[in-house]
Amino acid sequence: MDIPYTITPRADTGVYNAKLGVWLFLASEVMLFGGLFSAYIFLRIGAPEWPGMIHGESFARASDILNVPLATLNTMILIGSSVTMVLAWASLLLNRFDRYRLYMGLTFLAGLAFLVVKAFEYGSKFEHGYLPAESNFLAIYFTLTGLHGLHVIGGMVVNGYLLGPGAKMWKTKPAQFINRVEVAGLYWHFVDLVWIFLFPTIYLL
Amino acid sequence: MANSAEGSTTHETHHVAESHADHDHHHELGFWRKYVFSTDHKVIGIQYGLTSLLFLFIGFTFMMLMRWQLAYPGEPLPLIGWLFSDETMPGGVMLPEFYNQLGAMHGTIMVFLGIVPLAVGAFGNYVVPLQIGAPDMAFPKLNMASYWVYFVGGIVMLVSFWVPGGAAQSGWTSYPPLANIVMTGQTMWLIGMVFLITSSLLGAVNFLTTIIQLRADGLTFFRLPFFVWAQFVTSFLLLLAFPPLEAAGVLQLMDRLVGTSFFMPSGLVVSGEALDVAGGGSPLLWQHLFWFLAHPEVYVLILPAMGIVAEVIANNTRKPLWGYKVMVYSLIFLGFMSFIVWAHHMFITGMGTAISGFFQITTMIISIPSVIILSALLLSLWGGSIRFTTPMLFALAFLPMFGIGGLTGLPLGLAPTDIPLHDTMYVIGHFHYVVAPGTILALFAGIYYWYPKATGRKLNDTLGKLHFWGSLIFMNGIFLPMFIQGMAGVSRRLYDGGQIYEFAEGVVHYNEFMSISAWLLAVAQIPFIINFFMSIWKGKEVDENPWEATTLEWTAAPSPPVGHGNFETIPVAHRGPYEYSVPGAATDFTPQNQP
Ligand code: HEM
Ligand SMILES: [Cu+2]
Repeated sequence: MDIPYTITPRADTGVYNAKLGVWLFLASEVMLFGGLFSAYIFLRIGAPEWPGMIHGESFARASDILNVPLATLNTMILIGSSVTMVLAWASLLLNRFDRYRLYMGLTFLAGLAFLVVKAFEYGSKFEHGYLPAESNFLAIYFTLTGLHGLHVIGGMVVNGYLLGPGAKMWKTKPAQFINRVEVAGLYWHFVDLVWIFLFPTIYLL
Repeated sequence: MANSAEGSTTHETHHVAESHADHDHHHELGFWRKYVFSTDHKVIGIQYGLTSLLFLFIGFTFMMLMRWQLAYPGEPLPLIGWLFSDETMPGGVMLPEFYNQLGAMHGTIMVFLGIVPLAVGAFGNYVVPLQIGAPDMAFPKLNMASYWVYFVGGIVMLVSFWVPGGAAQSGWTSYPPLANIVMTGQTMWLIGMVFLITSSLLGAVNFLTTIIQLRADGLTFFRLPFFVWAQFVTSFLLLLAFPPLEAAGVLQLMDRLVGTSFFMPSGLVVSGEALDVAGGGSPLLWQHLFWFLAHPEVYVLILPAMGIVAEVIANNTRKPLWGYKVMVYSLIFLGFMSFIVWAHHMFITGMGTAISGFFQITTMIISIPSVIILSALLLSLWGGSIRFTTPMLFALAFLPMFGIGGLTGLPLGLAPTDIPLHDTMYVIGHFHYVVAPGTILALFAGIYYWYPKATGRKLNDTLGKLHFWGSLIFMNGIFLPMFIQGMAGVSRRLYDGGQIYEFAEGVVHYNEFMSISAWLLAVAQIPFIINFFMSIWKGKEVDENPWEATTLEWTAAPSPPVGHGNFETIPVAHRGPYEYSVPGAATDFTPQNQP
């Protein structure tokens, strides 16, 4: 038995199954982060000051606690990785598997770099005793960036698979492999997009 | 049709049986792959069905225990009381903590592990691909994963009874701050919920993709059976409403495990001691996030039921559904509206009159499409030559029962009448009328209707009718008195059923009658259980279309359908779903795939 439209798009909908599936999944992800952002807004509106008191010290701006330069760097890294992700996919369309390896490798490394920077950021917070339990500002910061970080790790697992063992499919079923890379790319762009919302709302506003 | 040009990959393999031999490398599946880790939607549907029926039984058992405490507060439970530990029922007398655990887990299990998996996981899985002429779901492996994730979630919930302090005890709604400060069981509840939510999300993506992508040639959206439409809208609700609860669950886990204060207000004092938390959070935030899910969730509970009833009614009145298109439009509208009514569960939280006004208006608006669907189903009976088959009896009973549930919801949707009724037994009566004699009867209708398709045999009608009358009568015996108790002011979730309150004096003795009804309801399920298992071997054998129905699952696939791939030949649809009694036709039903 074969499931229809696993590789070729259905004429009247214009998509193959996995592409529709990932769009639907992303819609649910929008609602997940939407719920978290709403929680953030809700708490912030209710708070007398933001970020407010932490360890007896009053902060007027988020950027007084958080490391904006590092976060800016991370923004660049993620945007760059979205570009290499597209290039990886495009390389396959041009039948350049070597280029695919290169760009997918870069995408993977960018993800890793993002996490390393993030680890430094978290580390310096912990050093100062800025833990999630200290204030709602820190709680929001850690929870939202932490969940986003988990999404980055999830994306890296997928990308790593497509770079390593999963790449064998290029030999046997190239069309399906290209689809997989495209779908993984859609997810990766979403992860990027979430960060682009997170960065200004948490670090700058 | 448009897709046949592109769809050559599948439509070449018209003879599924043949293609098996060619390129199905695992056509000799072993026991485990065939019945346990199967990717066949029919097997998964049955797995969902059996598991969820088991959970319904477990949830019902919890309630039967609680009903003893409500009918005879403080008296030891006879016969089986000694089975329980000293932490739960010392000497057979139920402790308040245990009562709360049973209550919280009854709600959780019934909603998330019983009704939804049965309505969506079982019926959706089994019937949707057959009705749309698809060989399977779009993502069979994901389908298997969603069942097993659900299974693990269920196990986590059950195991939580044995952790220190027992299971969750803050109600199925898990309102903080209480839910933040209780014992370990609540953490287990949250972890269990994350599994159940994940399972639902995987399922929703799969159903939507399947319905959009795998419809057979000629099966346009407005030729889909109403049941498929109901599953379609339901999946959208699951897809979009569950994630905010997942967000809330993550925040509550942070509060419980890391010590954050998302839901903890400043200056909270528990048992005379100030809590050592940062504060500044809001318990209302939880309520908003929870009800943002849980209101759409109640439509997840009812829409598949409406879908089943629509199928059974069309089939047994031998005429098309009255106003099929209007019903579909109402369904879609209802789906949209269900996202903006949630705060009608929060009228007494002091939201302010403007916000409260908004939610009262949306609540009144959303009842319009519900009433339209119900009226359309009722009008469908008009002038039909009704066959009173067993599924039809259940479907017919659904109509007035859902009617009572819906009508009693209206006073709850308006703040002035809701404020005195909120958190009373009246609310319990309201939603049980929609879910129990409503949805559950409809689900039974579905079991009696599709059992022959799944097994090739019919369920016994005499036992079925016994089951029907018993269930209908005793369900009303349980839930009708709740309205009166609620209007007298008896709160929900009272350990003694309200005995200590003077105002409850006149109505508290109903509890005994209600409890006896509940136990008799259990007795009324015995004919069903016997029937269900006996008919696998002893039931009357049927051909592919015993009900003389029009939709593809009956007209294009044998009973039971072909092991892998459902159809010997993938069908093509030539007409709408309910062409019964077409003037000039040879029979009183014209199959969808008849050219
Ligand atoms: C058709 C019109 C309906 C209206 C206007 C309506 C209105 C309401 C309102 C306002 C409440 C909150 C009452 C309170 O807590 O004070 C409520 C509770 C509830 N309703 Fe409905 N409802 C309707 C249909 C349904 C349906 C179809 C279902 C499910 C299948 C349902 C399930 C529930 C549940 C489970 C609760 C209680 C939740 C809890 O507090 O534990 N309702 N309803
Ligand atoms: Cu509601």
